Amino acid sequence: IPPEGIHLLQQQHTDIISTVEFNHTGELLATGDKGGRVVIFQREQESKNQPHRRGEYNVYSTFQSHEPEFDYLKSLEIEEKINKIRWLPQQNAAYFLLSTNDKTVKLWKVSERGRRPEGYNLKDDDGRIRDPSTITMLRVPVLQPMDLMVEATPRRVFSNAHTYHINSISVNSDYETYMSADDLRINLWNLEITNRSFNIVDIKPANMEELTEVITAAEFHPNQCNTFVYSSSKGTIRLCDMRAAALCDKHSKFFEEPEDPSNRSFFSEIISSISDVKFSHSGRYMMTRDYLTVKVWDLNMESRPLETYQVHDYLRSKLCSLYENDCIFDKFECVWNGSDSVIMTGSYNNFFRMFDRNTKRDVTLEASRENSKPRAILKPRKVCVGGKRRKDEISVDSLDFSKKILHSAWHPSENIIAVAATNNLYIFQDKVN
Amino acid sequence: MSKMAGADGDDSLYPIAVLIDELRNEDVQLRLNSIKKLSTIALALGVERTRTELLPFLTDTIYDEDEVLLALAEQLGSFTVLVGGPEYVHCLLPPLESLATVEETVVRDKAVESLRKISHEHSPEDLEAHFEPLVKRLASGDWFTSRTSACGLFSVCYPRVSKSTKSEIRQHFRTLCSDDTPMVRRAAASKLGEFAKVLELEYVKSDLIPLFAALASDEQDSVRLLAVEACVSIAQLLPQEDLEKLVMPTLRQATEDKSWRVRYMVADKFSELQKAVGPEITENDLVPSFQNLLKDCEAEVRAAAANKVKEFCENLPADSRETIIMNSILPCVKELVSDTNQHVKSALASVIMGLSTILGKDNTIEHLLPLFLAQLKDECPEVRLNIISNLDCVNEVIGIRQLSQSLLPAIVELAEDAKWRVRLAIIEYMPLLAGQLGMEFFDEKLNSLCMAWLVDHVYAIREAATCNLMKLVERFGASWAQSTIVPKVLGMASDPNYLHRMTTLFCISALSEACGQEITTKQMLPIVLKMSEDQVANVRFNVAKSLQKIGPVLENSALQAEVRPVLEKLATDQDMDVKYFAQEAMTVLSLA
Repeated sequence: IPPEGIHLLQQQHTDIISTVEFNHTGELLATGDKGGRVVIFQREQESKNQPHRRGEYNVYSTFQSHEPEFDYLKSLEIEEKINKIRWLPQQNAAYFLLSTNDKTVKLWKVSERGRRPEGYNLKDDDGRIRDPSTITMLRVPVLQPMDLMVEATPRRVFSNAHTYHINSISVNSDYETYMSADDLRINLWNLEITNRSFNIVDIKPANMEELTEVITAAEFHPNQCNTFVYSSSKGTIRLCDMRAAALCDKHSKFFEEPEDPSNRSFFSEIISSISDVKFSHSGRYMMTRDYLTVKVWDLNMESRPLETYQVHDYLRSKLCSLYENDCIFDKFECVWNGSDSVIMTGSYNNFFRMFDRNTKRDVTLEASRENSKPRAILKPRKVCVGGKRRKDEISVDSLDFSKKILHSAWHPSENIIAVAATNNLYIFQDKVN
Repeated sequence: MSKMAGADGDDSLYPIAVLIDELRNEDVQLRLNSIKKLSTIALALGVERTRTELLPFLTDTIYDEDEVLLALAEQLGSFTVLVGGPEYVHCLLPPLESLATVEETVVRDKAVESLRKISHEHSPEDLEAHFEPLVKRLASGDWFTSRTSACGLFSVCYPRVSKSTKSEIRQHFRTLCSDDTPMVRRAAASKLGEFAKVLELEYVKSDLIPLFAALASDEQDSVRLLAVEACVSIAQLLPQEDLEKLVMPTLRQATEDKSWRVRYMVADKFSELQKAVGPEITENDLVPSFQNLLKDCEAEVRAAAANKVKEFCENLPADSRETIIMNSILPCVKELVSDTNQHVKSALASVIMGLSTILGKDNTIEHLLPLFLAQLKDECPEVRLNIISNLDCVNEVIGIRQLSQSLLPAIVELAEDAKWRVRLAIIEYMPLLAGQLGMEFFDEKLNSLCMAWLVDHVYAIREAATCNLMKLVERFGASWAQSTIVPKVLGMASDPNYLHRMTTLFCISALSEACGQEITTKQMLPIVLKMSEDQVANVRFNVAKSLQKIGPVLENSALQAEVRPVLEKLATDQDMDVKYFAQEAMTVLSLA
């Protein structure tokens, strides 16, 4: 957590955001929303007269990635909501990203065009058709500068490979393949081949009544091309090695924390379900988010997490009502900062939490327009659990559970974070002197 | 096109003007069409304007659809004459350079292919002055697409440049082999072999071997597996005495790689590797490696190795071949026959019969026959099918009679398999089996199967069965047809199911030519004519179609006296389709 505090950089009003993701340089930020749209923001170039004021993100491109569909064979509506966005490493002047809804993954190209061909043979410059008899010499079009145009084009559509809902996509470090995971299966794709994918994990039991566990998230290791993990609704994480066999139904590592019998309740299994798993940038650790905590695991220690952080332990007494209003099934995501020293995850009442792994300090902040003026330092928030409420504290009972921060992203190298609070996108930055 | 150019305009310009404008049409198909006629445009513009106007425009056209770019990349490869000959060929470099950086692999590859092609048209001076700088630019480009394209260009310019430039090229290749992105390292690894071919042997040893070893131990599986392919080409270049020291450590490492994909690649390239390293190393090194691959823990690897069993055995040195097969390979093969994975078993089944020609009669009977018999009883139909489809290899060595006892139940079971694709596959082997087993055996055991397929409930099977009958008649002759097949086929003409009645018609159409005029006129024609009264319109129009088909086999008198009245009647049928096909038949048979 930057010692100077962080301040609101800007706020964007959009449709209900369903995913947020920085690209590999942090120059671009993509959001996906419930309406199937992808909005890409580009960071403003540093200006000469205000060298410290760099960094607002402006809309760069907006496009409709997915449309609502209907599966006639199963009589099912397929929502257009974007579940995940993943950027591809940059390969030429254009940018590429994968976006997915419940069933279909698409590869998009976002490119710029600054020149336009001009001059026709059969039309004059005003667009009037010329009399063919006046054509006495041939004109070759000439390229002229024009206003910069950003266009998004669908390059590949990867469909018909998932029976259940896709929850994760992840690009392999070989830049050649990616995986897509649904509730019961994980498929491996080549980025250039759309009509074939390989099933690498299948946990569907022969008899669906024996189903006790679903896949909740999956991710490739940042630099070991053969390693990936997937988390389950039972709170466990399996690490698989693709070198060992073509079908990874046998994991090579199994991460599980022994259950504390004193905490056992009706809700134990529900709240232990993992909603997100992320490798650290170094590839040494991974982080998992369950309903009440975020845990950091050392890949070399399967028996228990290295660190456990309480996100909103004060909700433990309210699980019953959270179950009744379905909030207990909310899927919170979690992110690392660029150096893996701080982690961030969301909560309710537009609160989000940051934990400094080195100093063990933690902070609760609020993403809201009312409570933070642009460029003002964010004030830490506190939730009081006891009967007596101090000034500046908010009581558990007055938390707004409809305002939840599920999705957030951290710039790959700087202290800039993007936080999605339902239909608002907040971008915060640490204070620069 | 109507003539639109007036008296003042030049007639020949108008079509070209259209083509040029359509380079930017909204319709991709029209743009594609224009690009494909780029040579026409260039010809009309002349070499000067092509160089100064058309090519600069094309250089910036890289925003188009892949298929347009692909066509453009291809066109530019044979554009030399149109820009003024070899003297000006370097004008083609800028548009190809920009095409070599697009993200679509097929387009990039085509641009590289065209660049390679025109590189030969550069004079040595131009190559140094224009082509080589382009290669350098691509090799040190910011984006990995350009660096991957560079990998494919080194080998074409290396032989024709000065000594100092050669050393620069080698340096660039070295740099790309250790590029940050796996994409570029993969491209370099895949071009290692072809670059080695143009390099002086001393540099192969001093420069490429270390790069080869480094790529072969890359952290990315996808890079390591490409080094296996390079193994083949490098081994071919090196003198035998250097192989052990320079190639074998890497190959051994690949055979034991932790990643199954790399081991799969070794198995897949095994025959090439075997030929490249020669008989001595094969005997000492590759035989144990091959045994390991056949016993690999990953089924994909075992299947790839099983596919190579025959080829590997064939290419063993003649003097030790039998000993190696009997002592080292056959024990592994025996285990694969009862493998847990059906793909492995079916890969083996597709080649195992080939071993009999290598091992000869006695060994085949003693060692291979039990394996064939076991595979004929395999639970997986594909395994049985693969054995049956390769029966001819065994027939030559030991005769098929040895197998017929087990063959028959296997065939019958496949013939009745619940999956229609399996039934379809076995039908296709029937003519082959009939040839191997002889008429007598066939009549006795298989004929009833062939007839049963005619009433299968899947159309594809009935159709294949019809075609099968035709091939059988071609093999066994008309008199066999008359005594065995024709009565049964004609009997179906009064079947209550109209689909079976139609099968009769399909059979007649297929068989008439092979059966000849007499059988067709005397036995088949009356049945067809009688069926023109059928209640079902589908049967009636198939009568018309059949008549059209068998017409040429009939004598003209029969055509006039018997066929014509029936077709005339069908031509007035109340059903539209019947009318249509009857009229068509009359036209084709010149009866109208």
